[in-house]
Amino acid sequence: MKALLIARRELAGYLRTLSGYVVIAVILGLNGLFFNAYALGGASKRSAEVLSQFFYYSSGFTIVASVFISMRLLAEERQTGTLPLLYSSPLRDRDIVLGKFLAGLTFLGLYVLCTLYMPLLVMVHGKVSFGHVAAGYLGLLLLGSASLAVGTFGSALARNQLLAAITSAVLLVALILCWLLARITEQPLSDVFSAMSLWNQHFPPFQSGLVHVRDVVYYLVVTYVALFAATRVLEARRWR
Amino acid sequence: MIQVEGLTKYYGEHAAIRELAFTIGQGEVIGFLGLNGAGKSTTLKILGCVLLPTAGRVVIDGHDVVNNPHEVRQRIGYLPDVPPLYEEMTVGEYLAYVAQLRGVTARDTTARVGEAEEKTGLREVDGELISTLSHGFRQRVGVAQALVHKPALLILDEPTSGLDPRQIVEMRDVIRGLKGTHTVLVSSHILPEISQTCDRLLIIHKGTLVAQGTEEELGTKMGGGGSIEVEVRGDRARAVEVLKAFGAVDVGRVADGVVALTVRASPDQRPRVAQAVVGAGLELLRLDQGAGQLESIFLRLTHGQEVRA
Repeated sequence: MKALLIARRELAGYLRTLSGYVVIAVILGLNGLFFNAYALGGASKRSAEVLSQFFYYSSGFTIVASVFISMRLLAEERQTGTLPLLYSSPLRDRDIVLGKFLAGLTFLGLYVLCTLYMPLLVMVHGKVSFGHVAAGYLGLLLLGSASLAVGTFGSALARNQLLAAITSAVLLVALILCWLLARITEQPLSDVFSAMSLWNQHFPPFQSGLVHVRDVVYYLVVTYVALFAATRVLEARRWR
Repeated sequence: MIQVEGLTKYYGEHAAIRELAFTIGQGEVIGFLGLNGAGKSTTLKILGCVLLPTAGRVVIDGHDVVNNPHEVRQRIGYLPDVPPLYEEMTVGEYLAYVAQLRGVTARDTTARVGEAEEKTGLREVDGELISTLSHGFRQRVGVAQALVHKPALLILDEPTSGLDPRQIVEMRDVIRGLKGTHTVLVSSHILPEISQTCDRLLIIHKGTLVAQGTEEELGTKMGGGGSIEVEVRGDRARAVEVLKAFGAVDVGRVADGVVALTVRASPDQRPRVAQAVVGAGLELLRLDQGAGQLESIFLRLTHGQEVRA
């Protein structure tokens, strides 16, 4: 499958350049700092509460990581002039987008995997259920997947990586702030905004160790729609 | 191999190319000539399935680039004006990646990469990172990626751009070596490169195809190509009168009694021109073959009317 070929090259690109490691190191460092200062610090808490707070902070850092990881996906190809190579090869545009996304998701997965030491510390010193950890990580991966897909769309739109990061950040903040719109509008509009909210409506259950099908479906739908839109952007570029 | 009819591409309100029409047969090496901004790259991008046309039709090996791009892409190798290279890969890794991207099986990849490196003289840098290569080698890697999967049609956009004279000669040899095994469409604004490499020429100017044919055919159509450059000391009017017998005369620089003139005539006429100038009592300072036939044709097609004495 050509998408896997693209994903393999893209992933090797992340692993061979310093920028990928820098992104992971900085965000891991900040995540660790927040975990130590806020999740572990303060008044004594139950282990489940510490874990819940860990997932709370990690969700934010996962969104930030996905912006930085996704910004290079398509914008870099455009910036360095390698997009014609993909366009002139016997590939579907969806293979290009899917390959890029899979590489980004694997790299993001690597970052999420690196955060495992924090819940393990909680497990060693306290008592938490494996289900809570698994649900939280499933939530992080789904949230990361949706954010990365939005980032891929932003990267398809932008001329360079900086613009890609800004576009993705704006789109993600807009999706996150849908919960505020839900508060100031009336039904049925408030229900729509509430359902669209990237974090407020859909992540807290994972944070508490609960997996709802509607939340899983939401993140998968956002991922699909954003990747579909990125594919359409690539198609549209051929007409310009 | 290629049929192009009414090909038009607009960027907003601006027509980059208009109503292009030409055909290219199997195995031909075609030179695509034009000034910068003439529409060469736009045309080649459409042929390479990178851009879609606003109007018109392009059929490559029986497949339409708009309706059946996937089939077309399996038959082409495309080198854009900027070689599409991944800096962090080695030459070998990059060519293997491109080969597989274009449908070469994992089993055949090593052999195909070896062949492409052999043809383009890249064997010695197989393990080198692309980021460390010189401009000449990068350009070669660009050509190698276009031919690694043995496509029927090679589209090369300015393959000698930015190369030094020695590298240009080497690249010309590479392109000549492709003759017979591929149909090649190569764009350039460097005339000797095209003149010495291609079977036939397409000349594009301001988005319109202004001429096509072999160099000889174009020379005949344009009323003969070639020119002779003459420098004489003496009367300007007398020099023009003498030289007019051989063809149209352009008067160039006149300084300190020395007149530089260009005569639109075959370089074969040089001995007779020399005799005429000396016979007319003018002092002959220099007599040389002028710009090549192709250059002369190209300049006439792209510069419009010339000032003639």
